[in-house]
Amino acid sequence: MTTPGQTVGPFFHYALPYPRGAELVPPGSPGAIRLHGHVVDGNGDPVPDALLELWQADPDGRVVRAGGSLRRDGWTFTGWGRAATDAAGHYSFATLPPGPTEPGRAPFFALTVFARGLTDRLCTRAYLPGDPAALAADPLLSGLPAERRATLIATPDDRGLVFDVRLQGARETVFLSFPGRR
Amino acid sequence: MEKQAAISAEIATIEAADAGTGTAQPRLDYPPYRSTLLRHPTKDPHHADPETIERWAPCFGHQDVGELEADLTVQHAGVPIGERMVVTGRVTDGDGRPVAHQLVEIWQANASGRYLHKRDQHPAPLDPNFTGVGRCLTDADGTYRFVTVKPGPYPWRNHLNAWRPAHIHFSVFGTAFTQRLITQMYFPGDPLFALDPIYQSITDPRARERLVAAYDHDVTSPEWSTGYRWDIVLTGSHQTPLEQP
Ligand SMILES: [Fe+3]
Repeated sequence: MTTPGQTVGPFFHYALPYPRGAELVPPGSPGAIRLHGHVVDGNGDPVPDALLELWQADPDGRVVRAGGSLRRDGWTFTGWGRAATDAAGHYSFATLPPGPTEPGRAPFFALTVFARGLTDRLCTRAYLPGDPAALAADPLLSGLPAERRATLIATPDDRGLVFDVRLQGARETVFLSFPGRR
Repeated sequence: MEKQAAISAEIATIEAADAGTGTAQPRLDYPPYRSTLLRHPTKDPHHADPETIERWAPCFGHQDVGELEADLTVQHAGVPIGERMVVTGRVTDGDGRPVAHQLVEIWQANASGRYLHKRDQHPAPLDPNFTGVGRCLTDADGTYRFVTVKPGPYPWRNHLNAWRPAHIHFSVFGTAFTQRLITQMYFPGDPLFALDPIYQSITDPRARERLVAAYDHDVTSPEWSTGYRWDIVLTGSHQTPLEQP
């Protein structure tokens, strides 16, 4: 029988975030982009005690099998990072854009969301906006109504991409269930 | 603030409504835990077939975790106060395969029920010899092992006279992104179980009992520490054994 999840609670900040956890690459390094956004609740208020984890392919679409995410050497791209939201509910990663893991597929960042008041983790995807044909052909996105589809597609800004996580409300983010597990 | 009796009545009502259909995971919409009200998704999760990246999990290695990080009693000059305790168990996937060489992280209150966290206002003493954070990698068999002290129960402001049963927070990775788990490990026979909306948010009694460790006298060592065993079962990995990234 599967072990159930439980909330991350309010007191994870001294345990889970760590130095350079959100910097998959050094900010400002060649090719680096910022993936950032806000986590908001059903009132549209910021969630200042959320934690996001990012897992992604490298720019060539390869799944990274390198350790070193917890103690970054500044040179190795590990494909994984962790960011807590700040008092304004804002999170930010410095990373590289993932490539398609199969030719023609729409690349995306896999995200896990934890928060006080969230009894279990949530999984979602932040798709790159650049390839409309690939997005239109994506099996997950094409199964969603247009307004819900938009919640999974990051939008460009001056330094990279914006992806907000809305836990409730009219533009609630699409969260995913995988076989065998919510 | 509501009294415990009102919260307990809400817990009982939801449990009765879920009788026989409770799931292995907590209800995201669980009003007795008040902070869920504005934070639970209101739409059903969208079923997704895991794609390539989701069939793999990040790698962690010995460069990530120091040997001493698994012993929470040796991180300071002195010995922390409390019941010294070994917590060990295996991480396996839904098919019974060990999750080998993977990261396990824990954090907890000290023996008085106080976290070393600036937002914890519980007027119980901090312990200068206890941080309450540990990490280790599972071995080839999926076994993890921590040395720590038993955490105390602590009050929280969900309702009037709300107390959390003693617990250790666990963060576990599988071999696939989809298996990611953060949960809490409890201790057998805690009188606060019935009163706690976080524990009770898992409405299937058999499922929530999976979160309770077992006292194990074979893990206890003479003149040194008590021992608890707690195994963690993740979902299936969605990964075929021969698949390469
Ligand atoms: Fe806690």
